[in-house]
Amino acid sequence: MFLYLTILLPLIAALAVVLRPARAAKPIALAGTLIPLAVVGYLFAVFNWDQSAAFQFSTADDVWLYSAAPGIGALGFHLSVGVDSVALLLIGMTALLGPICVLGSYSAITERVKSYYAWLLVLQAAMTGVFAARDLLLFYICFEFTLIPMWVLISVYGSTNRRKAGLRFFLYTFTGSMIALAGLVYVVWYFYSTTGRWTLDIGVLEAAARMMSPAEQGWVLLALLCGFGVKVPLFPVHTWLPLAHTEAPAAGSVILAAVLLKLGTYGIYRFVLPFVPVAVHEYSGAIAVLCIIGILYAGLICWVQTDIKKLIAYSSVAHLGFCVLGLVAINGAGLSGSVLYMLNHGLSTGALFLLIGMMYERYHTRSMKELGGLAARMPVWATFMVFFVMASVGLPGLNGFISEFLCILGAFQAGGAAWWGGVAGATALPGGTWGALGPWYGFAAATGVIVAAMYLLYMLGRICWGPLAEPHGHGGAGPVSDRPEGGAAGHLPTDLSAREIGILLPLAVLCLGIGVYPAPLLRALEDPVARTVRIVREANGAGGSGGGSALRADTTAPREDLMSARRADLPGGRP
Amino acid sequence: MSIIEKVQYIWPEIAMFIATCVVMVLGLSPSLAIRRLCSPVCGAALVIAGLLAVMGPDTAPAALPHLMPYAKVIVAGVGLLLLLLLAGTVDREEESLIATGRARFNPLRTNRAEFYAFFLFSLTGVMLCASASDLIWLFLALELTSLPTYIMVTVSTRGRSHEAGVKYFFLGALGAATFLYGFAMLYGGTGTTDLSGIRQHFAEHGINSIAMLGLLLSVLGIGFKIAAVPMHFYTPDVYEGAAAPVSAFLAFVPKTAGFLAIMLIASLPGWGYGPVAGADGVIRDGLGAGASLPEALRLTLWVMAALTMTVGNVLALWQNSVKRILAYSSIAHSGYMLVGIIAGPVGERFIDNGLAAVLFYLLAYGVMNVGTFAVLACLEKSGGAALQSGARSTGLETGATTEIETVDDLRGLCRTHPAMGWTMVLCSLSLLGFPPLLGFMGKFPLFTAGIAAGEIPLVIVLGINSAIAAFYYLRLVAAPLLEDPSPASPPATPTPFPARPMAALLSAASVLILVGFAGVLMKQSAKAGETVVSPGHTAGRGASDGVAAWNP
Repeated sequence: MFLYLTILLPLIAALAVVLRPARAAKPIALAGTLIPLAVVGYLFAVFNWDQSAAFQFSTADDVWLYSAAPGIGALGFHLSVGVDSVALLLIGMTALLGPICVLGSYSAITERVKSYYAWLLVLQAAMTGVFAARDLLLFYICFEFTLIPMWVLISVYGSTNRRKAGLRFFLYTFTGSMIALAGLVYVVWYFYSTTGRWTLDIGVLEAAARMMSPAEQGWVLLALLCGFGVKVPLFPVHTWLPLAHTEAPAAGSVILAAVLLKLGTYGIYRFVLPFVPVAVHEYSGAIAVLCIIGILYAGLICWVQTDIKKLIAYSSVAHLGFCVLGLVAINGAGLSGSVLYMLNHGLSTGALFLLIGMMYERYHTRSMKELGGLAARMPVWATFMVFFVMASVGLPGLNGFISEFLCILGAFQAGGAAWWGGVAGATALPGGTWGALGPWYGFAAATGVIVAAMYLLYMLGRICWGPLAEPHGHGGAGPVSDRPEGGAAGHLPTDLSAREIGILLPLAVLCLGIGVYPAPLLRALEDPVARTVRIVREANGAGGSGGGSALRADTTAPREDLMSARRADLPGGRP
Repeated sequence: MSIIEKVQYIWPEIAMFIATCVVMVLGLSPSLAIRRLCSPVCGAALVIAGLLAVMGPDTAPAALPHLMPYAKVIVAGVGLLLLLLLAGTVDREEESLIATGRARFNPLRTNRAEFYAFFLFSLTGVMLCASASDLIWLFLALELTSLPTYIMVTVSTRGRSHEAGVKYFFLGALGAATFLYGFAMLYGGTGTTDLSGIRQHFAEHGINSIAMLGLLLSVLGIGFKIAAVPMHFYTPDVYEGAAAPVSAFLAFVPKTAGFLAIMLIASLPGWGYGPVAGADGVIRDGLGAGASLPEALRLTLWVMAALTMTVGNVLALWQNSVKRILAYSSIAHSGYMLVGIIAGPVGERFIDNGLAAVLFYLLAYGVMNVGTFAVLACLEKSGGAALQSGARSTGLETGATTEIETVDDLRGLCRTHPAMGWTMVLCSLSLLGFPPLLGFMGKFPLFTAGIAAGEIPLVIVLGINSAIAAFYYLRLVAAPLLEDPSPASPPATPTPFPARPMAALLSAASVLILVGFAGVLMKQSAKAGETVVSPGHTAGRGASDGVAAWNP
């Protein structure tokens, strides 16, 4: 019920924004994001954290709701939702960024205000829907529907090259997800052909999908990666991202980096790992190589960027490389690190895009060549900049460190009984020490950390310190607001306003909090992660020490029986 | 079945025919009030035909026993939308001259009676296709669908429509000749024109080569009706030349007739074939050995489907005229639906019955397609030929208004004409198959049916094509939604026919609202797609020892 509200409220607010006059748009949008945030807060409070792997607030628990929720019987489609701790945390991040994006756009968006906030709210609903969905088609619908609002946000409210950026964003993602749809439908059909039951329930399908032959799993993996890999983005298909990020308005970039990219990694976590565990294990090395290429290659590109926004965009490619690396390591450390990375990247990179947006509103440039020594001009801004860059680099004590460390640690651990197993308390982590990758992967990825430090600190050094440099017509003696010509930013003070500090502060607090004391989060992730690891491990027959009952409980008949049942049934066309 | 028994199935067609005769007379009346009755009478006829179809017998002794009610109801339903859209297509100038007293009514100079009569005739033809139980009947029904459309294209506008009409007619004749030849060969190969007789002959004696050639030629010829490669060449020119309402008509009506006919033709051999190793070790098609069409037919349709999708979508990328984009997209959509025909009735649920998917998609396509064309029909530019970019427009249009034509004309529509703009946005997104709109609900079962039939490469082609289509549909979405109104071209003004925006809004609303009722519609189409020639039935009949288990 409340989970539905988190999706519905932004939609209702979007409708209200459209119907009310333009001056009411901002307050309605703010309310339309703050109320869902409050609802999510309530959900956090009542969520049973001891059973964090179970899907709670599920529609299926509520008979009345299940029958009342509209669906399409002929397709087996139900608007069913439910969250485990992974999904709930991501919903939490989405809900938190909602009001921040609305507040962050107050001064930046001055034209076509109504449609801007309406699309922003629609996007909010669609993203929440992706994380909450327990129905394959609902997931897909929400996953796809994030495209339209984002496309509009980029193409209308972006900077000079926005049309091209929007189009490329849409076409890349749409192409990938059409192929992913074929893969998902294949899984559904596989379940139908083996059991004679047509369902789109993710939980049910999950158990069945694992029994596909390795060859089938390989193809499904490829199809799913086409969809989710583009969204992440993985190395060869990442080229839409820098353009889209650079051209998008600040809030658009924030959402793109913080949430939309996570739809890809969440898809890999939710579908690729449990659906095709054998294939993932088989090809985890190849995927990891793509991740590492992404980490290093994008890092080197960052180093030569002069456009700050583009630099952060490419750094997202590198960061998400770590995230996927942790996922395909398929062990407790890698997976917890990766899920934590999804949150942390959302917080720190989101904040960086906000900061760049604030600077852009004042100076109308993103070029490092034209800027320098801004710490003298905008000390508060510079403080936040340093803080979030440090979080992004992975300074111990801030949030980036713990997740990056866990991802690399996960990549290090290989095989069942690796010599590495006992090191660094890895055995205490959920999912144990079994891993799909090996020390070399960890080593290669770790060099990426160094590269990241180089380009981010270099950027920081250039724009924050050194001799003061401001673009022509924006600097001068007095504060920006004193300039007679003023420009679009004339109403803004030189340094950050209270509103701007207000939206950065919660992010900073969270970054610090997670960095200093990540234990509660890790504990919350323990169960779902352990469950996923167990699924993959058992499917690959790699030891079943403890907790091996889950798979057997999930599947009612052994594989051989199902296969023979399928052969017997199908020529009749009606199993 | 004698023709007398057959009458109980064709009451809707009879009602339509009576209305046709009435309309033909009404339209010639010198009194404007009576002339204006043409359209309401057509509407009443469609409503009555739809009701008769629902109330009529549910089951017929045919390969697709429950096809008739569903097919006739969707034809009547989309026909009503088209009827609203056709308002004012003909006789606009004449009527204005008469109204201002500058001319007297001259039945020889007006087209209203013929136009509406032909409209009803054509829809009657589609309904008759669904009822066909005989090759000759099927041929006549297909021609009854097509012949009126040649005239409708020609009289719809003053300029290019003549060229379009002639082109359409000649290529249509070629298509008709091809499938007639195919029908003749089917008769030659089986000795009967009765569809169930042919089906029985195939089941008992196999398919001889003459009959197979007949099947292939029939499918190729009917490919003209659905605008499938290689019979697609006319589509863009004809759609562009005809008035937008008539183009909408062309995109739905002959296509529906064609798909109904292809279903009937494909159900002659049925979907029960698969490879069987004969005694001599050669692998042949064996009835009951699988769940696909005979290999030659399957392969032909496969190539047609893949090419149709790809050619349609790729050529649409380079177009600038909205009508040409929609024409090529109409080709592509035929390719999508052919996937459903190839898949056939794998099972008897909605999601694994390709025929049900096609039947549902026809409805979805009809609705969203009318929406896009309706936007073009609702808006016009003053200035006429002088402003038109096309060099082929004739002087006749000077001073008159012209339809909006290029993608640029759609710019900023969401702000200048919000209803039209949003109709275009919604219907284009739905044509693209964007979830959760009606088009997606239509395309999803095509995916599932294709995968269920083991046609995975074809499904991948379908997926990739859907992605290619995004490129040009996005232009149709971006122009009204994102762009500012173009300062260079004169602003578009609404046409003075209130029925047309009504058609546009109804389509746009249906694209959204029918999703809510998709369950009901899918249930109906699943029933309509049930067939007695599904693998389940043939397997029982033709199973032999050499039959391998079906393993897709």
